[in-house]
Amino acid sequence: MKTLEVKKPSGYTSQFGPAHPAFKEPVMFTLELEGERILKADFAPGQAHRGIEWMGMRRNCLQVVFLAERICGLCGITHALSFCRAVEQIAQIQPSNRAHYIRTIIAELERIHSHLLWAGVEAHQLGFDSAFYLALKVRENVLDLLEALTGSRVHYSVIQIGGVRRDITPEQCADIEKSLQFYDETYEKLVSIFLEDTSIKMRCRDTGVLTPELALKLCPVGPTARASGIRKDVRVDHPYAAYADLDIHPILPDEYTGEIRGDVYDRIVVRILELKQSIGIIRECIAKMPEEGDLLAIPKLGVLLAKLKAADGEAVGRHEAPRGEVMHYVRLTAGEEAPTAWKVKASSYSNYMAWIPMLEGDQIADIPVIVASIDPCISCTDRVAMVRGDHTELLTKDDLHRLSVERMRRIQAELSAG
Amino acid sequence: MNLNPLLLTVGGTLAMAAFGLFAGLSAMAVDRILAARMQARIGPPFRQPFLDMAKLMTKQNIIPANAVPWLFNGAPLVALAASISILLYLPMASFQFLPILNVYGDLVLIMYLLLLPALAMVIGGLSSGSPYATIGAQREMVTMIAYELPLAATVVAFAWKLSHAGLADPFSLATMAQTPIWSLVGPMGDIGVGLLLISMLMVVPGELGRIPFDAPEAETELAGGLLVEYSGRNLALFLLSLAVKTIVVGALIIALFFPYNLSGMVAIGNGLAARLADVGFFFVKLFVILFFSLSLVRISVARFRINQVVDVYWKIVGAISLIGLVLIMADSIIR
Repeated sequence: MKTLEVKKPSGYTSQFGPAHPAFKEPVMFTLELEGERILKADFAPGQAHRGIEWMGMRRNCLQVVFLAERICGLCGITHALSFCRAVEQIAQIQPSNRAHYIRTIIAELERIHSHLLWAGVEAHQLGFDSAFYLALKVRENVLDLLEALTGSRVHYSVIQIGGVRRDITPEQCADIEKSLQFYDETYEKLVSIFLEDTSIKMRCRDTGVLTPELALKLCPVGPTARASGIRKDVRVDHPYAAYADLDIHPILPDEYTGEIRGDVYDRIVVRILELKQSIGIIRECIAKMPEEGDLLAIPKLGVLLAKLKAADGEAVGRHEAPRGEVMHYVRLTAGEEAPTAWKVKASSYSNYMAWIPMLEGDQIADIPVIVASIDPCISCTDRVAMVRGDHTELLTKDDLHRLSVERMRRIQAELSAG
Repeated sequence: MNLNPLLLTVGGTLAMAAFGLFAGLSAMAVDRILAARMQARIGPPFRQPFLDMAKLMTKQNIIPANAVPWLFNGAPLVALAASISILLYLPMASFQFLPILNVYGDLVLIMYLLLLPALAMVIGGLSSGSPYATIGAQREMVTMIAYELPLAATVVAFAWKLSHAGLADPFSLATMAQTPIWSLVGPMGDIGVGLLLISMLMVVPGELGRIPFDAPEAETELAGGLLVEYSGRNLALFLLSLAVKTIVVGALIIALFFPYNLSGMVAIGNGLAARLADVGFFFVKLFVILFFSLSLVRISVARFRINQVVDVYWKIVGAISLIGLVLIMADSIIR
């Protein structure tokens, strides 16, 4: 008997990404849609492959510190600090208290600029470009401060195994205070725009909800977890650097709204409140920072390298990055300069799975808003192969050096000719 | 004056089209500069939209493999032609001396013509074979249905009032240009007309696909939506049609609500000076209307979801326009 197959008039499947303006980095979503509504969501990360751990396992630990910083443009401190904390545990190197405080101050400054950038990106995804420009304009202040303190706007190269490479002088403390005052003044403005604006509330309230139960199951980290009411913050739960001395608590959205809904709006609330918290932490750090203390536990790099070569063991280094917990697993073998194992878990890795329940049931218009709401750092999570067409190529350090010299010569020639 | 009337009409049409394109791109430039200044940016130079158009015209015109070529290429032409033809029907200050079509169209005709560029964009989007464009096209249709309610309420209110006042041709724009609505109503009607004006100003960003009603194009969601597959000349034509439509919508609001001329209020005589003053006054009115309905709105809100677009147009703007309509009727009955 012939059965007549009746196709159920269901939705259609559409693909968003890997290259799409909603995602600042490559990730691919496959969505089952019914009209504007998302029925089922799935995603495929790993569209950017980097091989940074492979590089790290062929370099000595001091070089890896600077490589680790380049995992992410925004959270440079995050990865260097986590890696150093792992190595310090293995080699039993104890940084001075002053170095701990300096690490904390730089890490919190990084949080301020990262959250401001996120607020801007989220506003842009909402189509609210004025708020985007405001956030990025306000962010310049902290970037200038970081440049004054470390010599660089991003990739500060200030963390070193056993301490920090640069001191914060009393004059610089005055500069920091000036910048903090600027953020005190702009904080109200940011609150009134990001938390009180009707159109932002219209779009973000009850959008991308992650219930506390699901949050417990999926184990997100950082503001994504805290917005769903999970009291979770590495700085509080497992204090490191100077955090044990400080008065901090995980920030939950009910501090501002009086309730926890776990939606995109709550994630905005958590991040905006954390700006205020970071300002407080930096003030406290400056007040409590010990006057004396070596910047580096082992200042001579040769001695440090020898000690690291002799070290043997494994450890996990953790840090509460602006996006949540970052974890570096490092294994050192006695007699080997390079780590025998190095595994980086970026914060977004833990937050990815939360996308699926957040997206399902919401609309196409919410995709960019929801995807950005966990502050994904997709390329930090992905690892690289350089492929051009069918041709795979590995550039060595010499090649890169040769290319950059060639480029400089060419520019010089152009300049002298023009 | 014994010029060939046909030549005059053709020449006038061409002149009007050139004016519409130039004014539309200028309005775009002014909007971009003002929005930039309000966002603490410097913004593009005034000539930027013109440069953009010149650039797009030289770019490759890509037709996707799974598009329907004749529809895909035809839609931008229809959009631009429709936008320009509305311009010919609108009474615009002292351009009235150009006897292009001799008669002005009535409001119903203009309402339908206004739909044409949007419909052309929908057809272009659907024929481009991209899922993003398809979603964008669906959203555009929904948006059109949404803003039609306040638009229709306004037209009905005007026509009803004019016919109630015993004027012939109540739907004709010429009638409206000669008898400003404010002169026909009392205090309560003034409030009603004011509400209609507000609802019309809120229709403008929807009509032109701007934030917060730009869901059909939504750059961050649909990567340009309707226009995602368009490039080069075709994209330029669509953008030009939007530019002309900006002038059309502005001129329509002026014709409905502010059909006053400077020469009628101040004694400048009736010569060339008066004409020029009227043209200048027209641009001032246009600037004010576009500033409040486009630039100011788009920098101060986030984009609405498509269901919110419908909610806003039907529940809020629709209610405002219906209250306006009722107030005007009540005003006439009481008087």
